[in-house]
Amino acid sequence: MKLELTGVAARHPAARPGAAPALHPLTLRVAAGEHVAVIGPSGAGKTTLLQVLACTLPLLQGTLQLGGVSPWRLPKRELQALRGRLFLAPQVPPLPPRQRVVTSVLAGRLPAMGLWESLASLFKPREIPAAYEALRRFDLEDKLFERADRLSGGERQRVGLARALLAPARLWLIDEPLSALDPTRSAQAISTLVDEARARGVTLVATLHQVDTALAHFPRIVGLRDGALAFDLPAAEVSRERLQGLYAQHEEELHGPAPTAEPALNDNPAAPQPAVMHCR
Amino acid sequence: MNSAATRPELRDPAWLGRVFWLLAALVLLWPLTVATEFRPWVLLEPANLRISGRFIGSFFPPVLNGEFLAMVLRETWRTVAIATAGITLALVIAVPMALLSVRVLSISALPGRMARGPFWCRQVVRWTLMVLRSVPELVWALVFVRVVGLGPTAGVLAIALTYGGMLGKVYAEILESGETQPTETLLRNGSGRLQAFFYGLLPQNAAELSSYTVYRWECAIRSSVVLGFVGAGGLGQQLDVSMKMFNGGEVATMLLVFIALVALADRVSAGLRRGLG
Amino acid sequence: MKPDAANLPYRLPPKMFDARCRACWFAAGLLVLIGASFWSLDLQWMQFLSLDAARSMGRFIGEFFPPDLSAPFVKKVAIGAAETLAMSLLGTLLAAAAGLALALPASRLHDGARARARAPTRLLLNALRAIPELVWAALLLISAGLGPFAGTLALALHTTGVLGRLFAESIENAPPGPAFALRAQGVGPLRVFCYATLPQVLPQLMSYTLYRWENNIRAAAVLGVVGAGGLGALLSFHMGLFQMGKTATILAAMLLMVAFVDGLSYAARRWMTR
Repeated sequence: MKLELTGVAARHPAARPGAAPALHPLTLRVAAGEHVAVIGPSGAGKTTLLQVLACTLPLLQGTLQLGGVSPWRLPKRELQALRGRLFLAPQVPPLPPRQRVVTSVLAGRLPAMGLWESLASLFKPREIPAAYEALRRFDLEDKLFERADRLSGGERQRVGLARALLAPARLWLIDEPLSALDPTRSAQAISTLVDEARARGVTLVATLHQVDTALAHFPRIVGLRDGALAFDLPAAEVSRERLQGLYAQHEEELHGPAPTAEPALNDNPAAPQPAVMHCR
Repeated sequence: MNSAATRPELRDPAWLGRVFWLLAALVLLWPLTVATEFRPWVLLEPANLRISGRFIGSFFPPVLNGEFLAMVLRETWRTVAIATAGITLALVIAVPMALLSVRVLSISALPGRMARGPFWCRQVVRWTLMVLRSVPELVWALVFVRVVGLGPTAGVLAIALTYGGMLGKVYAEILESGETQPTETLLRNGSGRLQAFFYGLLPQNAAELSSYTVYRWECAIRSSVVLGFVGAGGLGQQLDVSMKMFNGGEVATMLLVFIALVALADRVSAGLRRGLG
Repeated sequence: MKPDAANLPYRLPPKMFDARCRACWFAAGLLVLIGASFWSLDLQWMQFLSLDAARSMGRFIGEFFPPDLSAPFVKKVAIGAAETLAMSLLGTLLAAAAGLALALPASRLHDGARARARAPTRLLLNALRAIPELVWAALLLISAGLGPFAGTLALALHTTGVLGRLFAESIENAPPGPAFALRAQGVGPLRVFCYATLPQVLPQLMSYTLYRWENNIRAAAVLGVVGAGGLGALLSFHMGLFQMGKTATILAAMLLMVAFVDGLSYAARRWMTR
């Protein structure tokens, strides 16, 4: 699915109406089947960009086109069909705690299943072999029938990624896929994602904090800073200086471990005021 | 998807269990419907439909003349008064018994095991509370009507006993479930039990205790309507009279007034709980 | 913007309706309500607390013993107890199903959902909940006839209101993450509910249902007083004839049943949260 953003501005999903937009007018074009990594410091608007692409955030200005159509102009039924063709993996794995892994993973196939089939699948899961295969690609096949709250954080994150392999989607939007994974598992997970995306011809847009991993696996890097596009280059042309410039004042994120959760939005804290004494 | 040879790791371990529970539920459901003579199609029989239709039709228009409304409002106040008086007496029963039954205020349990005497004393109080709350208030009301005659006294006493048991048990649970360290420390340093309660337990749990009491007051209003059916006065008695005379209009007015009363009590209760908690 | 001062400005004494005084006004209002309640009801304290009354109370209680334990009567009481248990169980189950069905329109499934049916459904649930079970039973006797059917329906209707409201609150307070991810994939609201919200709230819903069963067994025991089946009919019959021995047996059966259901409900709730 090809993507076209033209002068798009949007507010952070948790922002109050009237707050400043998290994304300033942004223009981006992604061809079908391309793999793009979005990097930048915290608060740069990466999650906002993914949610705009997933049509879960209304636009303040600009136009968005997915696969050549403008999603916000479509009637409701066709918008739902369009949504069925994309897949969004949020940063916190969306797994209900007491649900079994097999049901959570098969939930990725819901856009392709009929109503009765979906409800029957709750009682007895259909397509267990497909779920098994998807989990095996992430080395989790022995957790097929476990409850989600009995898994570790890293395992839950990999289950969230395994859902992508079952979704009937032409666009994968993955938010921080590696935040809870150790380096070995990170490498395995990202290479699985990229290989599967290439095999299916799926457009992949992933936000990453691990800049080295992004440079190693993705041919195109988009840098965001403070809601604006800092650069949009092939991976070979991203130099140390550009990265330093992108992460200025946030160097610990460039070199250290990634922050695991989105920082809370807060307005500019008030500048310290001079003290004044009241006179009686 | 039925494949002839499903690999063992692909077989759903919960499948058999789910089928078993489903069949067990169906097997249990059949005698239930027989024992309760559950025949919903009876409601749709033409004779019954006609009677129901006429009864529901008589609900409109609700009786709205001044004299009747004045009587309804008077009886509504009586219902609220019975509930309030009942809850007040219930507190008189519940608070001492709750204090007597909590382990937190036990001095003999401070070094470890509770002594035999205090333990059985507490058990007896707990069982009394259980008995008080197990008997439905209607049964108490039937008994008291025989002793003190018809009128609000029987209703107030019935609510006092049942709700005393309910409040006592829940107060004890709330007091035990909070942080017990401050109270234990006070007891270890020699304060009396009541002092430990007022300075340790009460401040910590006051919000939850009062919130539950206000919720039970709302329930007591509904109970006092039910008690009116056996002669304790108030809106329930008037409802009984009007229903026996098949006067749908009067019944409709009283039901509407009652729904409004419960909605008001609910709003007050929610506001109080917000302010307290 | 004026900077904050380092010391508090001099203030006048607090007003009449200040926060601290609000508590005093509330306490005063409460005392007035309690006083007015006791004063407006002509409670026959003397009749209850006099020595005469104590003696007649004592005699009355004495008539309860010995309870009538003859085999045919115990059998009748056992059948009545089974009917009461069945009424409470079926009524609670029906109410759980109906409450869940009504809780969906009565809740705002996610921020930004229009939830047009929320206010009217909540009104319906409040009306169902406001009317006590006994009043429902008296109303339903006219259509459903005498017997446990009316009692079961009465319990179901009242409990639907209670459970529907509790379920709707649980659904609204469920964590929104899983549902958001499924909605982003264009899945319809019913399937989003079944796959994302229901697994999260199901233990709480079952706990509420079991807790209501404890309440409903008490209610079912007395619905027979108006003719809606169960032990209540036997109770009011024998009490009306002043057959206190038989009444004692029926009361004992009621207590046993209530204790049984309480224990079962507690055990089930403990098993669910293991």
